[in-house]
Amino acid sequence: MSAVDVAAVPMTAKRRGAQLVMLAFAVAIVMVAYANVGLGTNGQVPAGMLTYGLGLGGLMLAAYFVMAKFAPWADPLVLPLVTLVNGLGLVMIYRIEQATPKLASASNQLFWTALGVVMFSVTLIVLRDHRALQRMTYTAGFVGLGLLILPLLPLLGKEINGARIWVGVGGFSIQPGEFAKLALVVFFAGYLVAKRDVLALAGRRLLMIDLPRARDLGPVLITWVVSVGVLVMEKDLGTSLLLFGAFIAMLYVATQRTSWVLIGVLLFIGGAFVAGQLFSHVGARFDVWLNPSSQALYDRTFGSSYQLMQGLFGMGSGGILGTGLGQGHPNLIPLSFSDFIFAATGEELGLTGLMALLMVYALIVERGLRTAIAARDPFSKLLAGGLSFILAWQVFIIVGGVTNLIPLTGLVTPFMSQGGSALLANWILIALLVRMSDAARRPPPQAIQDEGLTQVFQR
Amino acid sequence: MNGTLKRASVACLLMFGLLMININYLQAVKADDLRTDSRNTRSFFARYQNERGMITAGGETLAKSVDTGAANTFRFQRKYTDGPVYAPVIGFFAPESAQGIEGAENKYLDGTHPDLFVRRTVDLITSKPTRGAAVDLTLVPKAQKIAYEDMQKSGKRGAVVALDPRTGAILTMVSLPTFDPNTMAAPDKSKAAKVYNKLDKDDNKPLLNRAISTTYAPGSTFKVVTSAAYLSEDSSRDANTEVDAPNVLPLPGTNIGLPNYHGESCGGRATLLDALTISCNTAFGTMGLEMGYDKLKEQAAKFGMGQPMSIPLDVVASDIGPDEGKAALAQTSIGQRSNQITPLQMAMVAAGVANQGKVMKPYLVNKIVSPDNEDIDSTRPQELDEAVTPQVADELRKMMISVVQNGTGTAAQLPGITVAGKTGTAETAKGAASHAWFIAFAPAEDPKVAVAVFVESGSAGNDATGGAVAAPIAHDVMQAVLGQ
Repeated sequence: MSAVDVAAVPMTAKRRGAQLVMLAFAVAIVMVAYANVGLGTNGQVPAGMLTYGLGLGGLMLAAYFVMAKFAPWADPLVLPLVTLVNGLGLVMIYRIEQATPKLASASNQLFWTALGVVMFSVTLIVLRDHRALQRMTYTAGFVGLGLLILPLLPLLGKEINGARIWVGVGGFSIQPGEFAKLALVVFFAGYLVAKRDVLALAGRRLLMIDLPRARDLGPVLITWVVSVGVLVMEKDLGTSLLLFGAFIAMLYVATQRTSWVLIGVLLFIGGAFVAGQLFSHVGARFDVWLNPSSQALYDRTFGSSYQLMQGLFGMGSGGILGTGLGQGHPNLIPLSFSDFIFAATGEELGLTGLMALLMVYALIVERGLRTAIAARDPFSKLLAGGLSFILAWQVFIIVGGVTNLIPLTGLVTPFMSQGGSALLANWILIALLVRMSDAARRPPPQAIQDEGLTQVFQR
Repeated sequence: MNGTLKRASVACLLMFGLLMININYLQAVKADDLRTDSRNTRSFFARYQNERGMITAGGETLAKSVDTGAANTFRFQRKYTDGPVYAPVIGFFAPESAQGIEGAENKYLDGTHPDLFVRRTVDLITSKPTRGAAVDLTLVPKAQKIAYEDMQKSGKRGAVVALDPRTGAILTMVSLPTFDPNTMAAPDKSKAAKVYNKLDKDDNKPLLNRAISTTYAPGSTFKVVTSAAYLSEDSSRDANTEVDAPNVLPLPGTNIGLPNYHGESCGGRATLLDALTISCNTAFGTMGLEMGYDKLKEQAAKFGMGQPMSIPLDVVASDIGPDEGKAALAQTSIGQRSNQITPLQMAMVAAGVANQGKVMKPYLVNKIVSPDNEDIDSTRPQELDEAVTPQVADELRKMMISVVQNGTGTAAQLPGITVAGKTGTAETAKGAASHAWFIAFAPAEDPKVAVAVFVESGSAGNDATGGAVAAPIAHDVMQAVLGQ
């Protein structure tokens, strides 16, 4: 009887071999795509194909070994999927560099990818137990807030393309908001684990909705104020929407109360509406969203729909199969190397390519959420859930924005857009997911002796 | 927490689902709108990306695409040979529009026609660039050029149309004033738009194809139609049938009368042959009044009037006008009043008589040739209608021969070849210069060419007549066609 119980504990397979094969497959797809760009633009396989391919392959092999050593039980699918998206991003940036050499730089992006993989490895090596983060809940909160307001500081902050979200350090510009995102999710997870019972249980019922107590609304209101503050002071709609959405989602996951979602959504809609009335740059986004093809909006100098429409024209011209890599006109889409990389990809890879790409993103998110469900303690569940959700939410905001599903707010497309900060932050995010996945899938220690009728249960 | 995590997973799935639905909508459903949006420069590039098919006629290349070597932007540019001569037919290929054959046969020329699907697929697989098919026209370059030169040299406005009466193939289609399509061929939207707007605003309307896009009073050339109706009404009538031909025909219900040209006399009574030869207005007015409006309208319809055509350029409908009473009918019978006809339609009248009464459907495209010189499609001649019986056609032929031999159309005589024709001089307004017309076919016994020449009022002096102004041009065109 008891022997049967022990055997019933599911043993997760490591599947390291499968991971290596999929990693090789992802690198192969990227190399073929890279060759395609050259064939499409000037009929020749690009000279740097082997260097780039082997570079990416070598990096991923290193990441693989780090995982095999420090997180052997982690989900085998995450790294190959991220490699594929990151690699395709590199290819697209290389392709856009052919058209607009001044703006895009594939070698820079490869350098940042390498640094990203290093950060990924360092995170896995240093952070042996992610629960250490739980002890740093409030530190993380302060760090997050600090990073958020860093660009507002007079000497450090820089305004680029109308948004003050950059900090100049030496010759580099970094976006601290990308790292703030991680710190704040850690903070939310730690805070909510501590307060979830009071947030979930106290309150009164009104109109079928469980309303929280006024004082429990505090953290929600603070987050809301911070989000709106970011929106107003830095003119960064994207980050504001990203943080607030992530917080509401985590609040819901922690407390299981729909009322938080409703309150959050109402607060955000209210905030956005007021902002739309008060700030012309927010109002302009709404006008464009509602009527993108209007000639008047297209022609106006301030807040015009030109950029959005150029992206849509690119996607429309790509159609179902796309023009093929190297055969579209990404130079016609402003910011095709960063915010609009999804539209530029849509032109050359078509609907087919974009569907595959979204599928890969969805799979990464799904693997993350699976980790959350399999995790054994509430903090891990919330952190893994929060990180996965923020990834999905970010893809939704930026892709929904450039495809005019929702008003356009600037955000980077994770792992694709050119830019070091986002790449580093997202690689760390993946490292955290991998770390938690390793903990979740690691089989519990086997009983040394038959413990008789001790109940074995799963969480 | 697993319950809410699962719900959050569903929310994520939903977000990805929405994104996927949205890109499907954009790239599959709305793709064509976005692709063809005038603000999408890509369609502008795409217009010049593939080698567009040639337009040829009689072995000459009239339009072709020249490779500029500028890959990925404006690679192929259109060049026209003798642009102004062929512009009314070929039209132009500009950055944002195409007219004439360039527009009407665009799907063949740019290679997107369903007939070219297999080729396109093969090209795709063998990674060869798509090329368009060539359009071969029925025009006869020699006749086209002489018609153009005859009109242009003396500064005339108007149109010349020549048909093969046996098939309906259009051998000549000239309209003046005209334009050079090369001026709009450069891939420069604003420059092309400037040129177009200037041409569009020009009072002389150089963009108007006078042969098919507008109608004019046909004047006495319409007497052929009136004669056809009169002869068909009663099979006992022939060219020698006599009708009343007073000096002035009183118009019923009014106190004015219909005079002859320059007040001349037709001698009281005249045979149909004589009446047509000297173009006696009162005789034809009498015939019209005797037959009634419906007979005339029916005859006109049998020649093809009353409905628009596609050759494949759009041809506006010719029309003898509404039934406005007897006085109007007498004027309609001699090609005045509300009687408005295109030069192409008048050429079809001549061609119908020439082809023993059978009117053939006019067409401009001889065949479509694939990039590897295979015929994809060629036009098969089609009969439009039988306008008159062969017997009536014979009588009309006799009468029209007499016009050229003894009457108003002597300027169209060709050495050794019998020509049949009819002149026309149509009043446009009291005191204004007249339109000059001439329709003809030759050789009369075995017609190979039918022609209509139209010279717009005021462009050839104040007393321009069909016989003096239009007939010599018809002479040159027929000679060019027959002598080829």
